[in-house]
Amino acid sequence: MKFTHEILETNAGILLIATMVAISVGGLVEIAPLFLIDDTVEKVDGVRPYTPLESRGRDIYIREGCYTCHSQMIRPFRDEQLRYGHYSLAAESKYDHPFQWGSKRTGPDLARVGGKYSNEWHVQHLIQPKSVVPESVMPNYPWLMSPLDYSDVAARLRALRTTGVPYSNSTAEYEANVKEFGTEVAETLRIDRAQANLVAQAQAGNYDGDRTSVTEMDALVAYLQVLGTMVDFSKVKPEDLVKYR
Amino acid sequence: MAASNPAAAEQYDYEYIKKFTVMAIVWAVVGMAVGVYIASELAWPFLNFDIPYITFGRFRPVHTGAVIFGFGGSALFATSYYVVQRTCQARLWGGGLIPFTFWGWQAIIVLAALSYVTGYSQGREYAEMEWPIDLLIEVVWVAYLAIFVGTLMKRKQPHIYVANWFYVSFILATALLHTFNNIAVPVGLFTLKSYSLFSGAQDAMTQWWYGHNAVGFFLTAAFLGMMYYFVPKHAGRPVYSYRLSIVHFWALSFMYMWVGTHHLHWTALPDWASTLGATFSIMLLLPSWGGMINGIMTLSGAWDKLRTDYVMRFMIVALSFYGMSTFEGPLMSLKDVNALSHYTDWTVGHVHSGALGWVAMISFGSLYHMLPRLWNTRLYSEKLVGVHFWLATVGVLLYIVAMWISGISQGLMWRAFDDFGNLQYSFVESVEAMHPFYAMRAIGGMFFLSGMCVMAYNAYMTIRQGAREAGVAGRTAPAAA
Repeated sequence: MKFTHEILETNAGILLIATMVAISVGGLVEIAPLFLIDDTVEKVDGVRPYTPLESRGRDIYIREGCYTCHSQMIRPFRDEQLRYGHYSLAAESKYDHPFQWGSKRTGPDLARVGGKYSNEWHVQHLIQPKSVVPESVMPNYPWLMSPLDYSDVAARLRALRTTGVPYSNSTAEYEANVKEFGTEVAETLRIDRAQANLVAQAQAGNYDGDRTSVTEMDALVAYLQVLGTMVDFSKVKPEDLVKYR
Repeated sequence: MAASNPAAAEQYDYEYIKKFTVMAIVWAVVGMAVGVYIASELAWPFLNFDIPYITFGRFRPVHTGAVIFGFGGSALFATSYYVVQRTCQARLWGGGLIPFTFWGWQAIIVLAALSYVTGYSQGREYAEMEWPIDLLIEVVWVAYLAIFVGTLMKRKQPHIYVANWFYVSFILATALLHTFNNIAVPVGLFTLKSYSLFSGAQDAMTQWWYGHNAVGFFLTAAFLGMMYYFVPKHAGRPVYSYRLSIVHFWALSFMYMWVGTHHLHWTALPDWASTLGATFSIMLLLPSWGGMINGIMTLSGAWDKLRTDYVMRFMIVALSFYGMSTFEGPLMSLKDVNALSHYTDWTVGHVHSGALGWVAMISFGSLYHMLPRLWNTRLYSEKLVGVHFWLATVGVLLYIVAMWISGISQGLMWRAFDDFGNLQYSFVESVEAMHPFYAMRAIGGMFFLSGMCVMAYNAYMTIRQGAREAGVAGRTAPAAA
């Protein structure tokens, strides 16, 4: 039988199937291999899941829509290297559900903001950005000084565990984490100790300058201070990373 | 000119088309007002007022949701239900499913906006809706597909008209994209919060496959369906080239799905994927321009209409903006251009030349064409359509020019070095330099919004006029304009 376009135009079912085929190819070819090709995510040491406090901070980052103005993805250009630091690796966001690479820099990139400023600077900046950067157009976030609700933090980690983040729910999983990340990190990944770990980190870190209560500010600053600090680039050879690009 | 056949109202089911038409206009006013507000927040940050619900970060998805899904979505439901009935010469299939798509869709827009301002977001652009809303979208969408295909099956014409191909493609693609981009694990059954199943590079890939095709199918293919019906209908001319429309449809449907990775140039996504995206983006120029030419050339032999008919002008200017932004898009997908343009306001300007210039303008043209036919009357005022046209055109131009200047300035300032090889500007210097252009952009938005308000008034008066005439129908014929 000779094929004419008329067949498609006169049969709704065939039109539907042909259209479905046409629109499915692109996604299949581009997405599926990313899960199958080993080189998609670099093998580097140091990247670990967020602690319960950092993870709650990340929730707040998403809640406030920080990604609408800040990227977390440094590109391999000389100016970005000077301004922000080493270009971002895929490995550095492998525990990020969802990714927060962003698409717009109304404010600067935050992929390596960790450790660049003091906790006090962050607190003051978040409460009133203009007090430290007079030209800033960022909104004030005074409500971050309110208490953090961490009652469901274990449920949150459990959901993340379902997506594949290695928070441990059993002794066997804990042992595996000890092997992979060391005892100190493995302790912070225990779901049964999530609340206690969260409070302990907030008090030890004293991110918001007030040890008496755990605030949203504690969580957000703890998150910002860990961004981009997990990989020690003095121990990574550039040529080992280039082969993944 | 808008004399319509009274029998049409009985032959076709217009009830929910009317409702969707009204809501398209309502959401356009709301969504654009929020857009003007957040644009103003960037120019004059005191407008955030330290109120969590209206800070830029939470309010921006309210803007994108209300204009894309509220205005765009309602306009698409309205026009697709109208076009599929008239081109198939069959009444809408679906019974109770039809009101379900209307009330379901409106509930989705309202719930989404409420969830964003109260701090629930998936943190994925244009897919910020959390999982219960996503599930509702899924159900409404399946009902929509059933209604559309059910009506196609009932057609009294052997051929399925080209506009319907585009609507089919848009409905299928949106279902596919929505499903795979929103796979997430909820924290609990009684909380909105969830975490996406994918992470990092794979998540970025999935999101931009979705993100760009929200533009490609929701905001392009579907509006091309609108174009293929309303432009020839309003011009009273057949589509310029049937052959071109076939090539246009298949090439566009196939290629669009590949281009999302151009949003991820120079990132940690593997190079092969972003190169593939750039390649298809450049190829996509051909079907895009093929479609634009097909639309504009449909007017050949009736060019004089442009002098007198503002509805026609809306459609042709929309196609011109479509051509402009589908040229700019491939240009920005080149890696070297993208190195400069990415992360800057240029992208924002590009989106708005497509969204305001193309999507909104072709919708205005189509809605103005439908209004008198749905309510069986004339447009209340042709002159106000002209006022709307000029406000909208000036608004878009102010917006795009402001974003071109600020975007390219940002890109150049960020990469500028001084004589000693140090960065010439601190980041905040680039922020400060953008202020005048952010103000200009907000003013452009105000022009566009005021045009929209003129349309809302004109539509309201047209509907009232239609209702009044229906009340006296049988006694007097509608008075001449």
